[in-house]
Amino acid sequence: MQDNPFSLAGKTILITGASSGIGRATAIACSTMGARIIITGRNAEALAKTRSLLAENDHSVILADLSVDDDLENLVDECPTLNGLVCNAGVGGLIPIQNITKKGIDRISSIDLVVPMLILKSLLRKKKLVKDASVVFTSSAAGVYRVSPGNAIYAAAKCGLDAYMRTAALELGHKGIRVNSVNPGMVNTPFINGDLFSEEQLESERRNYPLGRFAEPEEIAYGIVFLLSDAASFITGTSLKIDGGMTLK
Amino acid sequence: MNINDFIRHFAEQFDDTAAEIFKPETEFKNLDEWSSLMALSIISMIDEEYDISIGGSDIRNAKTIEDLYRIVENKK
Ligand SMILES: NC(=O)c1ccc[n+]([C@@H]2O[C@H](COP(=O)([O-])OP(=O)(O)OC[C@H]3O[C@@H](n4cnc5c(N)ncnc54)[C@H](OP(=O)(O)O)[C@@H]3O)[C@@H](O)[C@H]2O)c1
Repeated sequence: MQDNPFSLAGKTILITGASSGIGRATAIACSTMGARIIITGRNAEALAKTRSLLAENDHSVILADLSVDDDLENLVDECPTLNGLVCNAGVGGLIPIQNITKKGIDRISSIDLVVPMLILKSLLRKKKLVKDASVVFTSSAAGVYRVSPGNAIYAAAKCGLDAYMRTAALELGHKGIRVNSVNPGMVNTPFINGDLFSEEQLESERRNYPLGRFAEPEEIAYGIVFLLSDAASFITGTSLKIDGGMTLK
Repeated sequence: MNINDFIRHFAEQFDDTAAEIFKPETEFKNLDEWSSLMALSIISMIDEEYDISIGGSDIRNAKTIEDLYRIVENKK
């Protein structure tokens, strides 16, 4: 262990969904803490922007649409051996129960649940994770701690992801690999600032937060950095709620 | 795509509002059964039936069912 257990110096970390929001903030924070980062996403321009914001190191960018099997396998093939994986790419979508379609289920759960399962599996099979690697999934407070109308598919996917995380922690403990999740409440990213919610809806939702506001992406990134670091060396199978106290209400 | 089918699909989302209530000029946000969840049902119905994605702002910008129909038609 190094002098500063919170440092990521010497670690190589793959971050999915690094072209935006929490993933971009995580890439920046990890690079500031000394890590070498592999960033991935679909949007080349947005990834180049993230790349330009990283503290200098031998970082790389790999384009991949994770819903395409070949892209996922190619990403894993191109990755060097990793000390950390941040499986963060995700999509949302509000569909009331009576309007659920297979297409809707596939669109959300393929990225939010199936892809994280397959990435971890493939990295293991291809021996890309070192012995004391740390894996962090970006799950959610939704589903795991709270449900809300219209969010059934997403909630089910994130709950499934948390169950997968705990199972992986159990199975991989003997290799020294730790597996955890961060479970954010609402975070100011394009994810919630798209066209779904009106400003009034967001304002009324903010009132559910004892801290009186939503998180900034950096505030989730710092939790991820901690779980990746040696400071968290005895933490595995844990869901780290980062919700400004929202679920206390 | 025609407005009568659109109104039929629109009305199908409701349980307690009689089908006859739904006309092109109906100001749907004034209906008792209207809610934020119903707005999501309408958005989902349009995606399923017409393969068109509309957002919350499209719902906010429409007053009558016909307004919404035109918005969807313009996205085709
Ligand atoms: N924001 C919130 O309130 C909130 C709350 C709880 C949990 N979360 C979770 O946090 C994670 C990150 O969300 P965010 O808020 O940062 O959202 P965001 O800004 O919309 O970013 C989503 C990221 O996922 C990537 N992605 C989506 N589909 C992909 C695909 N098919 N292949 C590859 N990459 C794909 C996007 O990359 P491209 O655009 O380059 O494809 C983008 O980088 C998600 O898992 C989300 O569920 C968010």
